[in-house]
Amino acid sequence: MPNPAAATMAVSHAKRRSGARMARILPYLLSLPALLTCIGILVPFFSAVYYALQRYNLAFPAGRKFIWLDNFVQLFLSGEFWHTITISLLYTALTVGLEMLLGLAIALLLWRRSFVTNLLSVALILPLMVAPEIASLMWKLMTNANFGILSYFVSVIGIHDFRWASAPQSALFTVVLVDMWVYTPFISILLLAGLRGLPRQPFEAAELDGVPTSFVFFRIMLPMLLPYMLTAGLFRMLDSIQQFDIIYAMTQGGPGNTLMVFQIQAYLQAFTFTNIGRASAILVVLWAITFALSKVFMKNWLRLRERAHGLA
Amino acid sequence: MKDKATSLFEDFAAGRLCRRDLIRGAAKLGIGSAAASIMLNSVQTQAMAANWDWMKFKGKSIKLLLNKHPYTDAMLANLDHFKKMTGMNVTYDVFPEDVYFDKVTTALSSKSTAYDVFMSGAYQTWQYGPAGWLVDLNEFIHDPAANSPDFNVKDFLPNLLASDSWSGVPGEPLGGKGAKQWAMPWGFELNSISYNKKMFAEAKLEPPMNLPDLIVKAEKLQKDIKGIYGIGVRGSRSWATIHPGYLSGLVSYGGSDFDVVNGKLKAAMNSPQAKKFTKLWIEMIQKAGPRNWTNYTWYEVGNDLGAGASAMIFDADILGFFQQAGSKQSGNIGFHAFAANPEKKAPTPNVWIWSLAMSAFSANKPASWMFLQWAAGAEQCLYGATKASQVDPVRQSIWNDKDFQSRLNAKYPGYLEQYQASAPGSKIYFTPQPLFFNLTTDWAAALQEMYAKQVPVDEGLDKLAERVQSQLRDAGIAD
Repeated sequence: MPNPAAATMAVSHAKRRSGARMARILPYLLSLPALLTCIGILVPFFSAVYYALQRYNLAFPAGRKFIWLDNFVQLFLSGEFWHTITISLLYTALTVGLEMLLGLAIALLLWRRSFVTNLLSVALILPLMVAPEIASLMWKLMTNANFGILSYFVSVIGIHDFRWASAPQSALFTVVLVDMWVYTPFISILLLAGLRGLPRQPFEAAELDGVPTSFVFFRIMLPMLLPYMLTAGLFRMLDSIQQFDIIYAMTQGGPGNTLMVFQIQAYLQAFTFTNIGRASAILVVLWAITFALSKVFMKNWLRLRERAHGLA
Repeated sequence: MKDKATSLFEDFAAGRLCRRDLIRGAAKLGIGSAAASIMLNSVQTQAMAANWDWMKFKGKSIKLLLNKHPYTDAMLANLDHFKKMTGMNVTYDVFPEDVYFDKVTTALSSKSTAYDVFMSGAYQTWQYGPAGWLVDLNEFIHDPAANSPDFNVKDFLPNLLASDSWSGVPGEPLGGKGAKQWAMPWGFELNSISYNKKMFAEAKLEPPMNLPDLIVKAEKLQKDIKGIYGIGVRGSRSWATIHPGYLSGLVSYGGSDFDVVNGKLKAAMNSPQAKKFTKLWIEMIQKAGPRNWTNYTWYEVGNDLGAGASAMIFDADILGFFQQAGSKQSGNIGFHAFAANPEKKAPTPNVWIWSLAMSAFSANKPASWMFLQWAAGAEQCLYGATKASQVDPVRQSIWNDKDFQSRLNAKYPGYLEQYQASAPGSKIYFTPQPLFFNLTTDWAAALQEMYAKQVPVDEGLDKLAERVQSQLRDAGIAD
């Protein structure tokens, strides 16, 4: 006759064993998505590094061989590549800087809640819903020297024959303008969320003490808003230094080599010239620059966050 | 009545009746043109299938990779005819030109078996062929068992067929010894002047005779007619800027892209002839071109002519052809063969050829050839040329076809004369070499710098030739 107590104990042991096994596996199971994501990111990255060390042109399959750092040496010996670095950084600095200023100004205007500001906050999202390539085509039409409405407006104020993206002197200005139109709302929305999340007490205290507005802005609001600004800046910086669609749609990197930024250079090398080795080397340099800039941003962001939490 | 009609169309398909008699007979039987077209198509399907075993690959599937283009539209409009005739299943993807060649490069370089047949330009085959991505179609062309009696390879315009074949050795002529047939010509364009007849009449001008004359006339047109510019040519930072008007004019002035010295390439884009021509070219654009020339692709060039924003274009003849129907300036477009050099009478237009190529990674090569010979075959080309916009046709028989000629003369006056004057000197004038896209893109960027006066023409071309030579040296195809 079976012993019910022994059976219960056996079931209980089995449960405990399976529980212990689960406890051992669980950390691996939980980290599996992260591991898969890591593999998904690292495989293409190391492939790019691997290709960057080779002479690898799809049109010359027989010529494929390891040339180690030769692709990088060729890049850094070329004046055009230094121009690419300069113009990419300049574009990034201009877009991030100007968008931050304008985005902050818009966020401040929309800070206090009212029917109008709520409506405008929604309207602000509209440019973000337009694909950058479509926005660029729209701007290309508006800046057409023959029939574009913006060309007409500038001619009304006495600037005739302004050639926008088709002249080397004004090409950078034009693409920065388009970038600002597309992405300033992104910064405004982030900063507006930050502003609305700030504690009210310091502002009320300052108001009671009759502290001047400039003091409130620079000494109270801005320091508290800085982590949000850095977050927005980091996102925009990463995006701007890898800019492709707006510049390509409007100028294809021209006129001449005026706007030959990293991504366009890499795109042409890979898809038009089938030079995978050179394209990968360009992207590895871009990665190194992005990584360095991100480190600076992250370091400052963490420092500011610690300060905000009273740890520093 | 149905029997009579069927027998009438069967007689035509069997060659017992000429086209004129067919039309007369159909009219007597009260058959409208739409019904006649359907019946003719159906009878031809049966007749073609009867002559040769079009059903050989019944049940097989192939997939096409296509660029959005009037040629594509012409083929797709009649694709059911092919499917019915062969019992094959044909699927396709169509992409806009902006991304089309990226898609092709990605598919081929990844050795994808997804596509069997795709559209290609002849220039692209210089990259794809030596890389081992294309099938040498000679193996099918010279195999009588693989060809329908209808597929007459000698009917292709010889220059075009040769332009799609190359040995893979940089500098060796197209169609020369040991050349592989990388693709079959499908539709092509040569470069000439398309102009707005109304504007020329208003300014009391005749079409330009040569480049210096063109500059003078373009300036006058721009001055006389408010809100327009004189001459439209491409100017974007792309290889596509070099191959139409620019190269056609350069060749007329005795210039070329390369000299071949002892089998090696030497950059020749800074020759005295090239400098002379390029100075005039830049002067032309600065004086009478579109103000945002550096953004101009074929699309802007064509649209401006059709919209009445430009007085003329020096570009593909078919660009003017497309604007003649369905644009604001419909009916006002004239066509004019053009030799840029005042000392030359005969035009030397460079050509662009849309071709059909077979992927080396296709799992259905014989079935793909079946499709290819139909799509580039005389019947389909005639259908495209007379019922759609597959112009310029690549087969001599189509140019000789009375219906096609009548269509051109009725709706596109002057087009046939332009073609007849331009065609003898037309071919690909580029030197075949696998760095074609690197070098022509760089060339376009150099022209933009000259146009913006960032660099004088002589210096710009010298620097360009230096860069080109260095790239060729790196690739091992120059000393």
